[in-house]
Amino acid sequence: MTLNLNPNFSEAGKRYFNAYTPADDFYELLINTHRDLSDEQSELLNARLILLLANHIGDIGTLREALNIAREGV
Amino acid sequence: MLKTYNYPKFEYRRPPEIASGKTLKVPVVVVGAGPVGLAAALDLQQQDLPVLLLDEDDTVSIGSRGVCYAKRALEILDRYGVGDAVCAKGVSWNVGRTFFREEEVYNFNLVPEPDHHRPGMVNLQQYYLEEYLAASAAARPEIELRWKNKVVSVAQGDRTVTLKVETEDGFYTVETDWLIAADGARSPIRRMLSLEVEGKIFMDRFLIADVVMKAEFPSERWFWFDPPFHPGQSVLLHRQTDSVYRIDFQLGWDADPEQAKKPENVLPRIKAMLGALDGKEREFELEWVSVYTFQCRRMGRFNHGNVLFIGDAAHQVSPFGARGANSGLQDADNLGWKLKLVMAGLAPAALLDSYSEERIYAADENLLNSTRSTDFITPKSKVSRTFRNAVLGLAKDHAFGRALVNSGRLSVPAFLTASSLNTPDGAGDSFAGRMVPGAPMDDAPVVENGKAGWLHNKVGHSFVALYFAQDAAVLPAPTLAALSNLSWQGIEVRPLVISAGPGLLAGDIPVLEDARGVAARRYDAQPGTVYLLRPDQHVAARWRSFGADKVRAAVARATCNI
Ligand SMILES: Cc1cc2nc3c(=O)[nH]c(=O)nc-3n(C[C@H](O)[C@H](O)[C@H](O)COP(=O)(O)OP(=O)(O)OC[C@H]3O[C@@H](n4cnc5c(N)ncnc54)[C@H](O)[C@@H]3O)c2cc1C
Repeated sequence: MTLNLNPNFSEAGKRYFNAYTPADDFYELLINTHRDLSDEQSELLNARLILLLANHIGDIGTLREALNIAREGV
Repeated sequence: MLKTYNYPKFEYRRPPEIASGKTLKVPVVVVGAGPVGLAAALDLQQQDLPVLLLDEDDTVSIGSRGVCYAKRALEILDRYGVGDAVCAKGVSWNVGRTFFREEEVYNFNLVPEPDHHRPGMVNLQQYYLEEYLAASAAARPEIELRWKNKVVSVAQGDRTVTLKVETEDGFYTVETDWLIAADGARSPIRRMLSLEVEGKIFMDRFLIADVVMKAEFPSERWFWFDPPFHPGQSVLLHRQTDSVYRIDFQLGWDADPEQAKKPENVLPRIKAMLGALDGKEREFELEWVSVYTFQCRRMGRFNHGNVLFIGDAAHQVSPFGARGANSGLQDADNLGWKLKLVMAGLAPAALLDSYSEERIYAADENLLNSTRSTDFITPKSKVSRTFRNAVLGLAKDHAFGRALVNSGRLSVPAFLTASSLNTPDGAGDSFAGRMVPGAPMDDAPVVENGKAGWLHNKVGHSFVALYFAQDAAVLPAPTLAALSNLSWQGIEVRPLVISAGPGLLAGDIPVLEDARGVAARRYDAQPGTVYLLRPDQHVAARWRSFGADKVRAAVARATCNI
């Protein structure tokens, strides 16, 4: 598996009439999940989220690719 | 006053009711001659209704307001007789560029899909749009436009609404069966009737400036996040007509609007920004400057008995996405035919509930999209800002990052898929594509009597049954007879045949030739496919085979006559 860097959001059973909607749906969900948290709590949430998603992806080659790209831009 | 534009001064005439003391009785009054009230008056006039239009002012919108008008709005404006004028005067643009700090991270090209009459977006100062609409209204004797007539009180009865109107010569009274409130975001009528509008104000301020630039600059939309010339905030640049450019500077909530507006504070900002464009010194003159805060809010319902709210009076969005006037024009488009049918006794008043339901659905979509944009542009927490900047950083190299960048999602019409006026597709009728029941119709090039034209200009005002045929010349006589007889209980249903070949019909059903098959492709049509279009050019129903009874049932449903 290689890392997918193309737009890839969708939700089962949902029909989209505008291409921007799925990414915006996700982004809103992400930001709302952080609502009312302190900066420290948000940091913890992000860490937990990364661990959950990493386990879901599973493939360490793919994760290595993502980790490298993430690190490059910091 | 502006250097590039002369405000028209519309003539005030002393209303005869002031001398006579008589109450003026009319079937429908529109209050507010902004873009939406003017559109509503024109829509009703085209439904053969006489309209009294009152406005407290005697000119068009002052200063920097609406800029961008989207394809669907332009199609509606065609029906009000101003589409050509707006497109000719306006600036079409396709390219939008997004910058993060020094770098361009992403650009989009709205290249208009071929085979549509109207472009994706036209920029034009709002005062021009209003001037054209006012001229179109003034040319129609069924519309009585009274400038400098201010509504000062409203009393709503069971059957009529009574208005007190103030002029420089004194007061008079109007009694009307229906009142359309198009009196803008602060809607005095809404307040006089003690109706609520709910939502939120964004804790941010924007400096909106119109400048005349001497040097050419491309017709593009440029958006900066955190640029060096305005650190920590966003900036938006749009080109308008007459070499006037719109610049929005995000200021933050703590900015002092009075200070920010002062020329000695505005000019250096603009200078720094223009200098950053391409390093050239650019001469410019300031046309107009104001400081805005933005709100996202709407009324709980848009119809209250015989009072109907449209445009900013009913809903307000932040301008990222240009959804204000664009959606108001669609309110007018949705309301006109419904009010006409109700007033003519051809549909129950429940049809006006569907106006509220459908336009609330659309307003919520607009509110959602403009709120999302505003939240991206003005992050409300540290983590939100970190995510925003991470997206902008990834956008430069990765397509998925670009999809997440949100500097405004430009106005598109709502697909009214949940509307109770739709007839769902039958079990045996399967269709591909976007023209689902509730969809705003797609345009297509067609030829009528040897003359090239556009599908969207051939329909509207009444229900239309589109019948797709391989060859119009060989349609069986009973089908033709049935198509000519679709009007139902006084509700007009016009037939139109769309033919793949150039065949002509005997009889009086117009034939549109779809030589390149664009219409058939967009509507996923086969010979025998039928679409029922509403007077506002939304799809009401569709079938793979024609049946007069099916069409009538769908018309009944689309008019609440069941
Ligand atoms: C900075 C900015 C940028 C914008 N950009 C865009 C854009 O790009 N695209 C877009 O589509 N929209 C845009 N908008 C929104 C757009 O300007 C509004 O949505 C639009 O003007 C609403 O039209 P309206 O007719 O409902 O109300 P208004 O234009 O506010 O008109 C209301 C009318 O009612 C009259 N009136 C009020 N009270 C009374 C009374 N008591 N008696 C008689 N008459 C009365 C007023 O004189 C006025 O003429 C922008 C707005 C702002 C502020």
